Amino acid sequence: MAGSDVVTRAAPDTVKILIAGGFGVGKTTMVGSVSEIAPLRTEERLTLASVDVDDLAGIEEKHATTVALDFGRITIGQDLVLYLFGTPGQQRFWFMWNDLALGALGAVVLIDVRRPETSFAAIDFFERRKIPFVVGVNGFYGDHPYPPDEIRDALALPEHVQVLLCDARERESSRDVLIALIDQLIESATR
Amino acid sequence: MGGGDTAGRLVRPFALTGGRTRPSRADFTLITTVTAVDPPPTWATRPQPEHQRILRHCAEPLAVAELAALLDLPVSVVVIMLCDLLEAGRITARPPHPVTCNPDLDLLQKVRDGLGRL
Repeated sequence: MAGSDVVTRAAPDTVKILIAGGFGVGKTTMVGSVSEIAPLRTEERLTLASVDVDDLAGIEEKHATTVALDFGRITIGQDLVLYLFGTPGQQRFWFMWNDLALGALGAVVLIDVRRPETSFAAIDFFERRKIPFVVGVNGFYGDHPYPPDEIRDALALPEHVQVLLCDARERESSRDVLIALIDQLIESATR
Repeated sequence: MGGGDTAGRLVRPFALTGGRTRPSRADFTLITTVTAVDPPPTWATRPQPEHQRILRHCAEPLAVAELAALLDLPVSVVVIMLCDLLEAGRITARPPHPVTCNPDLDLLQKVRDGLGRL
């Protein structure tokens, strides 16, 4: 910011965490269950920031599209606010998450065990960009037919990525997934 | 989305920005916090109605994404207007906490403690 800016009131520091996963996997539900405000929706114009992927070879101009984002807020303290952003569920927009992912502490990838393949693109995206993430297995109606280790194997996830069974409708359950992500970040920082 | 504006918007969004589709400054992210400068600078002229709405909403610090949701306008449109207001000295903007490869442990601990209180 310009050095001449006059600060009138202390604005809080802000950080964000992304809630990703396939369409209809419960991203907005999770945002809503922990947010102190009802999830807000806004439209953002996302651009294809870099052309470093084979599928997109030959595309030289920047492409942009408008996607709807759902987000929520958790006030951590007077001077710190955490925002949660649900990433757009449409897979064809995965490459536009670059803009969204920039500056995120990390991500939660939600998985529906009935159709886990809808969240593969999200896992792949964060792995490639080395953005820390945990996997939340959202059990619809609280149903969890598979243990976390089995899901980890099925998804070929590395050992350090936590897999948690959760219910995105429940505040405590969603909160615990976020805490697991922060713990993972703390652990990798102190390793 | 915003209130009971069932009749739809009368002004097309980019008409509010004088046809510009790109901000003059790229430093407004979704979680950049903006705050109206109060009192306004002595040289300030009367802002346009949409700018005035923004100033009202950010009398207290507010993130760009929240502002866009409250105004029911695309983020890109709001950012262009925020650039005008920043250049006119009517708002201040605070960028988000920088995230680097070496995470800030104090910050992470604060976030963890805050989540634990939920």
